Amino acid sequence: MSTEKELFTVSVYTENNIGLLNRISAIFQRRHINIESLNTSPSEIKGVSRFTIVVYVSEVNMKKIIGQIEKQVEVIKAYYHKDEDTIYQVSGLFKIKSDLLFEERQIQNIIKESGARIVTVNKEFFVLEKTGKKEEVELLYRELSVFGIMQFTRSGRISVTKDEMKISTMLAAFSN
Amino acid sequence: MRTQTITKAPSESKITERISGSEAVVRCLIEEGVSTIYGYPGGAIMPVYDELFKYQDQIHHVLTRHEQGATHAAQGYARVSGKVGVAMATSGPGATNLITGIADAQIDSTPMVCITGQVPSHLLGSDAFQETDIVGISTPVTKWNCQVTRAEDIPEVMAKAFYIAKSGRPGPVLVDITKDAQFEEFDFSYEKCEKIRSYNPIPTSSEETLKAAADLINSAKKPFVVWGQGVILGEAEEEFQTFIEKAGIPSAWTILGASAIPTSHPLNVGMVGMHGNYAPNILTNECDVLIAIGMRFDDRVTGRLDAYAKQAKVIHFEIDPAEVDKNVKTDIAVLGDAKANLAKILPFINSNSHEAWHQQFKDLYKVEYDKIIDKDLFPNKEGLTMGEVLKEINKNTDGKAVVVSDVGQHQMIACRYADFKESKSNITSGGLGTMGFCLPAAIGAKMAVPEREVVAICGDGGYQMTIQELGTIFQQQLAVKIVVLNNDFLGMVRQWQQLFFDKRYASTEMINPDFVAIAKGYYLNARKVTKREELADAVAEMIASKEPYFLEVCVEKEDNVFPMIPSGASVSEVRLE
Repeated sequence: MSTEKELFTVSVYTENNIGLLNRISAIFQRRHINIESLNTSPSEIKGVSRFTIVVYVSEVNMKKIIGQIEKQVEVIKAYYHKDEDTIYQVSGLFKIKSDLLFEERQIQNIIKESGARIVTVNKEFFVLEKTGKKEEVELLYRELSVFGIMQFTRSGRISVTKDEMKISTMLAAFSN
Repeated sequence: MRTQTITKAPSESKITERISGSEAVVRCLIEEGVSTIYGYPGGAIMPVYDELFKYQDQIHHVLTRHEQGATHAAQGYARVSGKVGVAMATSGPGATNLITGIADAQIDSTPMVCITGQVPSHLLGSDAFQETDIVGISTPVTKWNCQVTRAEDIPEVMAKAFYIAKSGRPGPVLVDITKDAQFEEFDFSYEKCEKIRSYNPIPTSSEETLKAAADLINSAKKPFVVWGQGVILGEAEEEFQTFIEKAGIPSAWTILGASAIPTSHPLNVGMVGMHGNYAPNILTNECDVLIAIGMRFDDRVTGRLDAYAKQAKVIHFEIDPAEVDKNVKTDIAVLGDAKANLAKILPFINSNSHEAWHQQFKDLYKVEYDKIIDKDLFPNKEGLTMGEVLKEINKNTDGKAVVVSDVGQHQMIACRYADFKESKSNITSGGLGTMGFCLPAAIGAKMAVPEREVVAICGDGGYQMTIQELGTIFQQQLAVKIVVLNNDFLGMVRQWQQLFFDKRYASTEMINPDFVAIAKGYYLNARKVTKREELADAVAEMIASKEPYFLEVCVEKEDNVFPMIPSGASVSEVRLE
């Protein structure tokens, strides 16, 4: 198993409890590992939450961390995946002065080519939304920043895996 | 006012009583079979203390002199009794004072439930008087924790707390209860927790895994067992002894594994690790199959990992899957309960004796005996050694005492030389190395087994970290025997300074008080020994006493503990001098 650092997406299925985020992030913190991105949301199972955490670690350490996450009482199951084993996306929101939309023709081309969507337009500003790979959002950021961006934010990665994760089966086994 | 009502649940009728949250806390403790708790009152936990007053015929609350003392006492109680230890404190400083003991219990897998009071829920987050985010603070050092803001949640949370603390790999749990939840009345009923859907405390191994492990053990020419506290926590002592006896395997223990089988057992080859015995350390790097049972390859056990048992195939019996491959790569992991798995593997194990291999341990023991043990136990220099004090204690207790030790040189000496005949007799802070652990832990130990001799062996440094618990010993009239091995130094740190920092004794010299006068100030019997001629009589007097007894033994100031694996060195580089 590799001791070289790689990018991994960690998926953690948990009970929806206060404090669990703290408990999970502490596992990364004590090993001095920076969390590249983090997203929590409901999962496909009612009442079960899902954490999607992106970290840059060696696979050897990744396995140990998964073990330490899984041993938390309220964690149902944790997995790690490489990019090729998942379908993943991030979203970026760009707030830009409305004037630019009319004054700078190039902006319209950038929007068209990037596949970004206009969420709202008013007299002062318009908001663009771009969903895709992180690099695509970053490219759009670079292209738009020439004209000035009033606000920008990017979401954490969300991801689904190509393989099945069998959480429902696992939960059924627990309740038997 | 208490009223009994019967509420009809959809499927069954359940008897409930209308009581306050604080009374519920006490009732939950009673439901869990708790008879002794350790703690310290304060504003935010007062309603619970009021109920403890009413229920004092059923629960004995021991007032320690500091909340840290309460946690260590609860730990001592848990480690000796095998039950869950309970500590209680108020919010803010009361709660934060628990943290050292909680961290100690976490790393040493001690079942403990800590209950803290919290400011009323409407004040949470407002920097109220004695408010601290104890759930946040304790998260990294608890197995589980939870804040309760509604009385009706108390029974379920308490039931979960006890279940989680005790099941699987045990650990500390903290329940933080806001003051308004303590006052609130609700319909109480109690149901023990038996499972949690996201929690699998005892993983299992297939028969194939057990057979593969047995095959590897049977094929070994030089098998070697290192066992840890898992054998004791899993109450697997008998199965363990039967297993090593059938397979004829020399077996060594980690510090927390001590006493699981008698010291005198012919297959017991001593302690591994930094100040462990010579033979098991050296031969770790000569065995062909290393069988680790209920231990976690702590760095104090393994020394340099890339030079640890590289020649050996490794079998790891372990209840916590996160420990497998964490430090040492395992060839076969036998997951699950040690008691069950050792019983299951036994039929597949061939009888063996490995005599030539045993002889290697005996030969190296002889080397260690001549070089170290003989001089520790039968010194011919003027100053007293810590080892000879242990020898006297063994003689007077016939090895039947619970030996509680603090942290440092005296701890290593106590663990190396204490003669254990019964399991759960070595109580010490292994993983966290908490100075100050000993005295309060001895309180809990004595209360768990009042019929047994409990000897607390402290150094002059650690003793003064929790010395105030003499007050608890006096108030409870606990016949704990306290020995301070006084070398007027923080001895272990001084030893490192001598060996690795060119004798620059930075802040390790202690100008000590009159320990006997302090003990007498707490109305305890006390005696001080400075000469060899007085030692035997003093130890005999101490052990014969039916009351608490304090004995200070002034030992050689600059003795070192050997063998020693220097930090970062390999087990093969264990030094005899």
